[in-house]
Amino acid sequence: MAENVTPRVRVPSSAAAGEVITIKTLISHVMESGQRKNSDGTLIPRSIINRFTCDFNGQNVIDVTLEPAISTNPYFEFQAMVPEAGTYTFTWYDDDGSVYTDTKDIAIG
Amino acid sequence: MTKTVLKGAIAAVAVLAGAQVALAEGGLVINGELEMITEAPAADHLKGSLTTVYSGWVFRDVDTQAMQMDDFDNPGMLYVDQGEGMWNAPAGTSEKSCADCHGDASESMAGVRTVYPKWNEAAGEVRSLQMQINACRTENQGADAFKYGKDEINTMEAYISMQSRGMPMNVAIDGPAAATWEQGKEMYYARTGQLELSCANCHEDNYDNYIRADHLSQGQTNGFPVYRLKDTKLTSAAGRFVGCVRDTRAETYKIDSSEFVALELYVASRGNGLSVEGVSVRN
Repeated sequence: MAENVTPRVRVPSSAAAGEVITIKTLISHVMESGQRKNSDGTLIPRSIINRFTCDFNGQNVIDVTLEPAISTNPYFEFQAMVPEAGTYTFTWYDDDGSVYTDTKDIAIG
Repeated sequence: MTKTVLKGAIAAVAVLAGAQVALAEGGLVINGELEMITEAPAADHLKGSLTTVYSGWVFRDVDTQAMQMDDFDNPGMLYVDQGEGMWNAPAGTSEKSCADCHGDASESMAGVRTVYPKWNEAAGEVRSLQMQINACRTENQGADAFKYGKDEINTMEAYISMQSRGMPMNVAIDGPAAATWEQGKEMYYARTGQLELSCANCHEDNYDNYIRADHLSQGQTNGFPVYRLKDTKLTSAAGRFVGCVRDTRAETYKIDSSEFVALELYVASRGNGLSVEGVSVRN
């Protein structure tokens, strides 16, 4: 398993109904491409985050496929419209089967 | 910036510098909410030398300043995330983690960074925060000491420093630490190396001026460990001293020497009142 994988997310704590907000996410991950060799010349197996999703109250906001060329600690910044108060759920899928999640609540006001 | 000594050709540059610092007038506010003290009245022991102390942050260019104002842009925060993992991971023969004794770092380590380097009664010496981390590892965890100047120790220091982010530096210079502090002070004002420069020549007499393309700061340590863009990794105060002494073309002390602990204490005391910045970003 990739070591020390820590997701970080920033969502405003409140927004006006219908407002477009900016969401930032970052996950610390080596994103080993599978192309590199170690000092003995053997291939270092691929170990990347291959998918990232964000859902709001069960509805999908963004669904991203990540490829090996993406560099270490993948960072996403995107915008979303807030129709109502609720919870954003962020999910990262690791090659090794691990799933990392984080949630953030947002209020209307 | 209110430096008054402006002479000849330097004046034009310094005026430019003044304009640059003015852009940061809103001050250092992290994530739009945590306000940091980057300018404070100098401690009493600096009477006659400095009237105001400034964090190194005010001397950096606007882009570098902005990186530190948002944790998503501050590359040092990745080390802090790693440090949290280290804090909770068992180590050594005791198979205890830092958290097993110290619990939640946000409570137990709050304010710790502000008072280091600090006199340790049991050891009978002044210890830097990094020395204390290593003492804990070898004496309590039964683990090997981290190697000074390397990522692991700097990462752990970064995580602990982060728990004091925003709190003003407040190292003690009296009592049993006084002798070490005096030693550090003497080092600070002693000219060294082929260039015969003391710390004070650049960081007290000429801060806010340029040394070639480099905007000289006061050399404050409240921002350490720093993420240096030129190194793309963390650097500790002692690690920076090594670089600075080398630049005077002197043979440097070792990174874990008692001389540098004394200097670290003295320099830290010059920054009393400035906020601990956790992990700062510098060029």
